[in-house]
Amino acid sequence: MSIDKDTVKHIAKLARISLDEKKINSLSKDLSSIMKFIEKLNELNTEKTVPLTSIINASLQSRKDEVLDGKIRDQILKNSPEKNEEFFVVPKVIE
Amino acid sequence: MANISDFTLTKLVAGIKKKDFTSQEVTESFISSSEKSKKLNTYITKCFDEAISTAKNFDKKKNYKGLLAGVPIAVKDLFCTKNVKTTAGSKILHNFTPTYESTVTNNLWSQGSFLLGKLNCDEFAMGSSNETSFFGNVTNPFGDKLVPGGSSGGSASALAANLTPATIGTDTGGSIRQPASFTGTVGLKPTYGRCSRWGIVAFASSLDQAGPMTKNVEDCALLLQAMSGYDPKDSTSVDIKVDNYSSKLTDKAKGLKIGIPKEYRVENMPDAIDKLWKKGIDYLKDAGAIIKNISLPHTKYALPAYYIVAPAEASSNLARYDGVKYGHRSKGNNLFEMYENTRSEGFGDEVKRRILIGTYVLSSGYYDAYYLKAQKVRQLIKNDFDKAFNDIDAILTPSTPSAAFKMGDKKDDPVSMYLNDIFTVPINLAGLPAISVPAGYDKNDLPLGLQLIGKAFDEQTILNLSLAIEKRADFKRKFKVWWS
Repeated sequence: MSIDKDTVKHIAKLARISLDEKKINSLSKDLSSIMKFIEKLNELNTEKTVPLTSIINASLQSRKDEVLDGKIRDQILKNSPEKNEEFFVVPKVIE
Repeated sequence: MANISDFTLTKLVAGIKKKDFTSQEVTESFISSSEKSKKLNTYITKCFDEAISTAKNFDKKKNYKGLLAGVPIAVKDLFCTKNVKTTAGSKILHNFTPTYESTVTNNLWSQGSFLLGKLNCDEFAMGSSNETSFFGNVTNPFGDKLVPGGSSGGSASALAANLTPATIGTDTGGSIRQPASFTGTVGLKPTYGRCSRWGIVAFASSLDQAGPMTKNVEDCALLLQAMSGYDPKDSTSVDIKVDNYSSKLTDKAKGLKIGIPKEYRVENMPDAIDKLWKKGIDYLKDAGAIIKNISLPHTKYALPAYYIVAPAEASSNLARYDGVKYGHRSKGNNLFEMYENTRSEGFGDEVKRRILIGTYVLSSGYYDAYYLKAQKVRQLIKNDFDKAFNDIDAILTPSTPSAAFKMGDKKDDPVSMYLNDIFTVPINLAGLPAISVPAGYDKNDLPLGLQLIGKAFDEQTILNLSLAIEKRADFKRKFKVWWS
């Protein structure tokens, strides 16, 4: 399946990545060749195969429902590109 | 006395304990060789001053208890290190300084080691040549135009060039084993769940696993033991006892059954690799193993399935880089424009390709055709291994279909780059442990590795078999130090 330019634009919008026309062209070519490679899987009949959901046989461990951390607001905000003392700051979203 | 930085990890730990040299002398030796290695471009962040002061402190306190007591180690820049910049080789994290430490690095520090620096890697561990890093290409010590492999290319190159006594990498589709093979070093991907993934920058969560990269098999056993273990903070880490790999290490393989999968004999495989594989079979026979021909019929579908599963998980994992909570942020007139510009400027080409493929295969109307199909194929690949392991103890294959290639050779053709992982990817899909051990050279004097694949949580057997190969192959890393 080839990935045309409109499809590239659509998935780039879903993935929130802006692209210029030149990039759209080169990505259309690259993604098409990758998808062509992937389509080898169509040779296989998997109608009766159960899809793998977990690679480990162990069941998940349970733990007590208790708070183990917290009060780390400053640490969480530390790497933010823009913040005031308590909040992440983003461009205005409400007019 | 030989240069300290030539010594193996095991020898350094023993030497410090016996007071042949101090931790400070060891640290200074690796710093000195690292300072001269600019042309290899292995380091993203150097922690040399802190390392020296930790070493001095160690020499005062003389606490020799840990498995790695007194030895500094540089690690792949994918492990979060507290108060030390962690970039994942990406512009989008170029200014990120974690306020916490990954479990795996923390395990090393608990055993008496300390951080020497953060090593270059492909951006978000996506690549097989270390040509996708925002911080530039890494060069292979075996040649100034050669790639070191990827994504743990900086780790492999630094290790081979004696800039660090050992290192740790991560392996999602071959990112430890392929660069180990390209640089004549040992690299092991543990069973999925053996090491905690907590605090490692995520690429594809159902495939990612951290592992040791070392100068020889003995060191590999030691470092694996130091880094492994159950971690309540990673729900997919498994609570199974970690063996004392070093004390159980033996090169005897009497009675062990080794499978040779016919599907790994691919078209256009260089003669040298085919010959090396045969030699590997002879080495293991000599060690007492029994060789059996086996079939893993779905091998050829592993790589296409991987290029659905890994990008799908990556597109989801990398959604967090939005310019709000941490990392790079670009300007935009509104929130969505800010997101789109941040991600466009912050991610490199290969990462964009994978995010877009992942977004596509998960998008409405395509999920069943691609992602669900790939998960079914993944089950078939796992079934192949499960069936084979009913009769055998381990599998022997080449590590890679070629030796290290030239920079730029495959950069413009993503699929040809992906094909380099043809022998390593199936193991990640099945969650099994595998090791690459250097075993010989091709006609251009470039190192080649053999891969041993084990049963889940049986790292010991593949370590032992690797030791049997290592002893017989008597591999020596040979290159001129052209970079200093």
